[in-house]
Amino acid sequence: MKNGFAVFFAVLVALGGSWLGFVVAPAIQLGKAKQAIILNTTDTWPLQRTGEATLGLQIYRANGCATCHTEQIRQDGVAAEVTLTSLGKSKPEDLKAFLQSLFVLPELAKLTNNLAATLKDWKGDLPATLLTTGDKTVADAFADRLKAAGAKSETRVVATGADLPRWGVRRSVAADYLYDFPVQLGSLRVGPDLADVGARLPDANWQLLHLYAPKLSVTNSAMPSFKFLFDVRQKINGETSPDALNLPPGFAPAAGYEVVPKLEAKELVAYLLSLRADAPLYEAPFSPITSAKP
Amino acid sequence: MNSAENNLDLNAKIDASCRVPLLALFGGAALWLVVGLLLGLLASLTFHAPDMFACCPFATYGHLAPAANDLLVYGFAIPAGLGVLLWIFARLSSAELVLPLVPVVAANLWHLGVFIGFATILGGGSSGFTWLEFPRAAAMLLGVSFVLIAISAVATFAQRKERELYPSHWFLLAALLWFPWIYSTANLFLVTTWPVRGVTQAVINWWFANNLVFVWLALVGVGVAFYFLPKIAGRPLHSRFYALFAFWTLILFGTWAGLPQGAPVPAWLPTTSALASLLLVIPLIAVAVIVLKTVWGAATVCKGGPFCYLRFGMAAFILSGFFLIVQACPQFSRALEFTWFGAAQTQLQILGFFAIVIFGAIYEILPRLVDGGLPFPKFVRAQHWCFMLGTLLLVGSLAFAGVKQGQAGFDPAAALSGLRVATLGWTFFLLGSLLFAANIFVMTIRWKLALVKTVIAYIKSPLETSEEQP
Repeated sequence: MKNGFAVFFAVLVALGGSWLGFVVAPAIQLGKAKQAIILNTTDTWPLQRTGEATLGLQIYRANGCATCHTEQIRQDGVAAEVTLTSLGKSKPEDLKAFLQSLFVLPELAKLTNNLAATLKDWKGDLPATLLTTGDKTVADAFADRLKAAGAKSETRVVATGADLPRWGVRRSVAADYLYDFPVQLGSLRVGPDLADVGARLPDANWQLLHLYAPKLSVTNSAMPSFKFLFDVRQKINGETSPDALNLPPGFAPAAGYEVVPKLEAKELVAYLLSLRADAPLYEAPFSPITSAKP
Repeated sequence: MNSAENNLDLNAKIDASCRVPLLALFGGAALWLVVGLLLGLLASLTFHAPDMFACCPFATYGHLAPAANDLLVYGFAIPAGLGVLLWIFARLSSAELVLPLVPVVAANLWHLGVFIGFATILGGGSSGFTWLEFPRAAAMLLGVSFVLIAISAVATFAQRKERELYPSHWFLLAALLWFPWIYSTANLFLVTTWPVRGVTQAVINWWFANNLVFVWLALVGVGVAFYFLPKIAGRPLHSRFYALFAFWTLILFGTWAGLPQGAPVPAWLPTTSALASLLLVIPLIAVAVIVLKTVWGAATVCKGGPFCYLRFGMAAFILSGFFLIVQACPQFSRALEFTWFGAAQTQLQILGFFAIVIFGAIYEILPRLVDGGLPFPKFVRAQHWCFMLGTLLLVGSLAFAGVKQGQAGFDPAAALSGLRVATLGWTFFLLGSLLFAANIFVMTIRWKLALVKTVIAYIKSPLETSEEQP
């Protein structure tokens, strides 16, 4: 390290490594990415966003929405899930008693508490997910026991993680962002993740109300109101325009006035509703939710 | 004249040659630091009353927070770092600053670029990429100015009398090379009409963010500390080989860190990044050993002066590095990723480490730049207290908020109490920065007044009459 040139050259190599690794290599690997095929169909994913939604992305960018919202759903791992689909000839009480007799099995030792809790609430309704375990062989053995008792079950491998199914049905994958510029993945969740918000909250009116007054739907929301995306104007001839927001007292403007979304608000909502990660793909399959809780 | 006097004379000449460029760089940096911290404080108020600024688009959190971050890094950290770098290069070369006018012009262009970028973000023209929010015009100004300053720095470096490089040289030269590289790459791939496709944008953005905030600031901050710590402690750096080891491992591993673990990208990218982040423990330990062995038992008493700043800043750097490693650990990343913990690490790196180290250096340099020294020498100690309390409150509360948020499964309300304490942290930083701004602006004004007086005296002085009159 005696002369400047040697330092320069060595630094060039050391720093250049990360440039090749994290700039050039991803650009080559992902730069030519094409649409993915939706599982069990011939349809492609994703579709280009509509014009309005594409403009909405620019409203999202300009207002720095990505400062507080991520658009990436993570998956932690997978688990095998045993779902009871048919009781066969046995009655629910009998099957329950039979399952409780299985608690002594060594392979179920760690799962007994969960299984007991599941069985406690179970009244014989089908399909019922009885067991979720990270070990596929345990799940298979359990399914065999059910079969021996004359009941039918399905074993599925499902994705697990804190984000699932709270913010979406599957994890986000690279293909989801194919057409976006700028890609707004975000890095901080001050508010909820929005990768699947279009499927989660598909009501455009709800979205508009939420933008105008976040506290309407979430009482302790830290999101500022985006009032500047709306016009408060006098009703024309006393008639409410079809676009006007239906605001409850306390949020409504003075009598004779109405709140209507500006073009920007409509575009932003179109973009939010276009945010969906709800097509099963080869790299992120998911089973349709059969017993969704409200 | 003996050699000691010769040296003093030379040092005075070097300081004089640095005066105008450094005042230009530091003055703008002081202004942007105050504005940036003010915006950070205003953004933080959102968590007390979300609708406070709902009237005006430019004052919503999504505008204020990125503007504040950009002002802290581009407005304050980089020009302040470059100013200190120029002075260190001149002193290490025992030569006056070469092309002193170039950095003066560049400093003004740089601050103009920051102003354009800042105004554009508030106006809604942000590019939408973290740390790259500035528009193309501003980015070009910043790029050109940086290269101009680098030219002056390298020309000064070339004047050195001793062939052998000092450890600070490695760190600072690498920083001079790395910023134009990452900044041009990121801007050409992202802030352009023909960007790279899909999620590659995010990968390049994460790479740039980590290399700017962690690696670049670390290179400059550690390089500066390795110059000033031994100088103030009156002992040699311990040791050259440790420093060499820390330098190589830092740039080898640090440059690969920073990709989120759950990112929707091919798995090899986050995995490589996590591995590199874990290996960062090696340079961190090396830097800690160097700093401890250099300052431990030194006779210097710090009394809230530059020595205190440098020691606190280096401790913050080690902590910031460990925050980065914790985020990459698979056990913790699931709970800490996308929480305020990441923001805590960023602010610890920028304000707790870099700003404090660079202020230590600035307060060492500033009194030598202008005759008469600092106008308010007592502010130095007060600012140190403000910054220490600010770091503790801001970083502590954000990290706490992040952990709470992660435990509560990203419940936004879980973080609120921490975020409200963070406001206090921003306030302390703002107070401290005002003390610095007072010092540098009064100092600059005094120097300019003295200059004007000299010029007026020169104009008023009677003309020399020629002896050969016809």
